[in-house]
Amino acid sequence: MGRARRFFLTAAFAGLVGAGLGGVVQAADAPDPGDWQSVLEDAGGETVYFNAWAGEARINDFIAWVGNRVKEEYGVTLVHVKIDDAAAVVSRVLAEKTAGKTEGGSVDLIWINGENFAAMKRQNLLMTPGWADRLPNFKDVDVEGKPTVVNDFTVPTEGLEAPWGMAQLVFYYDSARLPEPPRSPEALLEWAKKNPGRFTYPQPPDFTGSTFLKQALIGLVDDPVVLQKPVEEADFDAETAPLFAFLDELHPVMWRSGRAFPQNASALRQLIADGETDIAFSFTQSEASSAIARSELPDTVRSFVFEDGTIGNTHFVAIPFNANARAGALVVADFLMSPEAQAEKQKPEVWGDFTVLDVAGLDADDRALFDDIDLGVATLSPAELGAALPEPHPSWMVRLEEAWTKRYGAQ
Amino acid sequence: MLRLVPFLAILVLVGPVAAGLAGAALPAFGYLPALGGTAFSLDPFRAVFAAPGIWTSIGLSLGVGLTSTAIAFLAVVLFVAGWQATRVFTVLTQMLSPLLAMPHAAAAFGLAFLIAPSGWLVRLASPWATGIARPPDLLIVNDPLGLAIVAGLALKEIPFLFLMTLAALPQTDARRLTEVTASFGYGRTAGWIVAVLPRLYPQIRLPIFAVIAFASSVVDVALILGPTTPAPLAVRLVTWMNDPDLAMRFQASAGALVQLATTACALLIWIAGERFLGRLAGPHLASGRRHANDGPLRAASAGVMVLVVIAVALGIVVLAVWSFAGYWRFPDALPGATTLANWARQVPGIFGPLETTVVIGIAATVIALALSLGALENEKRRGRVAGSRALTLLYLPLIVPQIAFLFGLQVLFIAAGLDATGAALVLSHLVFVMPYVFLSLADPWRAFDERYATVAKGLGSSPTGIFWRVRLPMLIPAVLTAAAVGFAVSVGQYLPTLLIGAGRWPTVTTEAVALAAGGDRRVIGVYALLQMVLPFLGFAVATLVPLLLFSRRRGLAA
Repeated sequence: MGRARRFFLTAAFAGLVGAGLGGVVQAADAPDPGDWQSVLEDAGGETVYFNAWAGEARINDFIAWVGNRVKEEYGVTLVHVKIDDAAAVVSRVLAEKTAGKTEGGSVDLIWINGENFAAMKRQNLLMTPGWADRLPNFKDVDVEGKPTVVNDFTVPTEGLEAPWGMAQLVFYYDSARLPEPPRSPEALLEWAKKNPGRFTYPQPPDFTGSTFLKQALIGLVDDPVVLQKPVEEADFDAETAPLFAFLDELHPVMWRSGRAFPQNASALRQLIADGETDIAFSFTQSEASSAIARSELPDTVRSFVFEDGTIGNTHFVAIPFNANARAGALVVADFLMSPEAQAEKQKPEVWGDFTVLDVAGLDADDRALFDDIDLGVATLSPAELGAALPEPHPSWMVRLEEAWTKRYGAQ
Repeated sequence: MLRLVPFLAILVLVGPVAAGLAGAALPAFGYLPALGGTAFSLDPFRAVFAAPGIWTSIGLSLGVGLTSTAIAFLAVVLFVAGWQATRVFTVLTQMLSPLLAMPHAAAAFGLAFLIAPSGWLVRLASPWATGIARPPDLLIVNDPLGLAIVAGLALKEIPFLFLMTLAALPQTDARRLTEVTASFGYGRTAGWIVAVLPRLYPQIRLPIFAVIAFASSVVDVALILGPTTPAPLAVRLVTWMNDPDLAMRFQASAGALVQLATTACALLIWIAGERFLGRLAGPHLASGRRHANDGPLRAASAGVMVLVVIAVALGIVVLAVWSFAGYWRFPDALPGATTLANWARQVPGIFGPLETTVVIGIAATVIALALSLGALENEKRRGRVAGSRALTLLYLPLIVPQIAFLFGLQVLFIAAGLDATGAALVLSHLVFVMPYVFLSLADPWRAFDERYATVAKGLGSSPTGIFWRVRLPMLIPAVLTAAAVGFAVSVGQYLPTLLIGAGRWPTVTTEAVALAAGGDRRVIGVYALLQMVLPFLGFAVATLVPLLLFSRRRGLAA
């Protein structure tokens, strides 16, 4: 057997090495969104595998609706590949690159943003050249008013991903237990001291937990402008000293005295539903309303944001470098930005995800689609949400997560 | 022909195993050209050991793996010793086996909701007995010592080890041995331990190793019940592997090798423990003490088993309640409103995935059974041959963390142009099903009393005839148990199905895990029950068929 094992290890090794070399082969020409008619012709009859987080039935239902619409309209078949974490898809595309599979890949479209996008862009795992800003429906996207539609966590998208929804950090609380929620980091700390054990946040590097750190940092740092530049250009320790002083004070009065943390945003929501905590937060503006609709939360839950605003960002769809149904993926990405799909998505009974479009600039018929939407009892209006604060440069998140883990993650 | 089977098994499985290992080992030493790693270095390992609290994480993995296994082993041994061939035993046998069908994560979820400060037990007693209207701020689930996760794992390991013991028991001649020890005046428990355990233990040793490997590298249960500051090693590994920064893959791969070493270390500690206890026990066993008065011990062992059954059963009940729940306020003992909406939303879409799950599961199980039986039969006929020893390589998928292992496997299938095909999916399941089938089957098969075969030979039967008419029928409980375990393993596969199947083959489990990411207990309840149906049917067949077959051959039924 010894020989057989050596043989297989060698073979596998050679396979990996060879495949790595194969990865430099250029991908086939990408379809040109400038020639939309030919894109539509190529797309007809294609099957698009859309890899998207599937943790909520309502979102899945919306994607199924999109599938029906693009089938009717363009003859494109949309298959929702249900995943629990975008990392699995990134891993798949990476494996295909490693194996030298530069076309006919298994992923046509990914729901993505932030660090995952930055990583895929850096590793050349996305279809080039940029295509999103040349799609027909991109003209209605609110690039002026919502700069994050082309700057994903400050990283320029360069058309490598198409925006399809807006997210903003929104806090929520049960008004039956807590009449007036604290609306700043300082007020939150004061309140937590008076009500020990009733607040917590997901453990970084969970995305929502890290966002809480960034939100607190923006509120506590001397001048938030430093956060827009890479962390290397700032004095990390000095800039974050107020944040860690804040956390040092907060943790002892947190849920489980800061010795255990919920895993993610849904675990945080569960804690409020169980009456363990009083305040939670999420990156979905309609989180509270939709959880009420699912009977997960009582109908006395309401949303709020910090006085100085909260972090907002955009989520996107991207096409891998080796996607099989490129034209079909472009057509789906374009349809997702259409006023029809954007308005449907914003209905709270459908999903409640805010639009990336400049609604005021739409023609009357399209605008009416948005005006008719009733946002739901626990969802803040765009005016109440206020302007979204920009995400810090991604390098801050990495350093914050490291520093947090060192300080609190290993007790 | 038959002699080729072990090599066939190796050919089919070692390729993927080697590719999987290479996929973990090369990046661990800095080599992964797709990410720009073209030179070998030890930096990934330095990064692992520089991670805060890494030694606590490693210690937790070791401690959790060994403690939960020791508890499960002790519980099973004392119960079987004290109660074999009694009515209590028969009843509990019928109750324990179905518990195996419960997915680990679902069992952990059920336990968490039972024991949490806002959980069902507190709700049932509040506010009338406790006087509380808000859950107390107590660290029970996710405790830093890992007591909750040890309990959660033991709950699932006890039924597994129990089933393995049941499958092996017929080869020990336990009934006659205990009759002899009883006639010498030994107490039930002591007599069994003195006479049967030494024969039984070698047969369940591999399953015990599998349990240790599983418990020291488990992810989903640890996420639900385990400590978080820091978490056990496997959880941190997954966090690194899923880190959006792809450069973390190097550290994650090195972490996978550290996990492998940790698991190996846990196994070595167990083996050292075996030696130590064996030496310690020798003089004691030979002392002739009869321990006739084992009433309290027997009561305690039965009590533990009953507790396990109740805890897991309550977990299932609580999942069922959640699946029909509307809003469920603390401290209400039951949801304020019930609804069919949770089921109505999920059930229509489930039949396609259900069918895929069954087809893939049966295909993988049948192939695994055929290969295992072929290899074992070959071993019987030819004595131990090299091909069989090489089969121990099949156990590697059990001790290498799946998330690290799969990347190399994926690359292999893609390079072979096989990915996203049904055949590739069956093969990838086979990699994880085969070890369980083989280890469930190997020990009972090897312990088969060869005198039966000799008698059959004397009566003129050919080796093939002996296999089909003597060995296979007599070992049918072990074969069916192995099949049921294998099928359950296949049903439970999430990452291989998603990654190798490229999302083209949705199964009950891929749907369940994807939807569970939303954290809605109602959806988790629905899918946990749906996920249990198939393995449950498998275990029901494995338990009931031998009863029917042996109804007129009572001597065979242990």
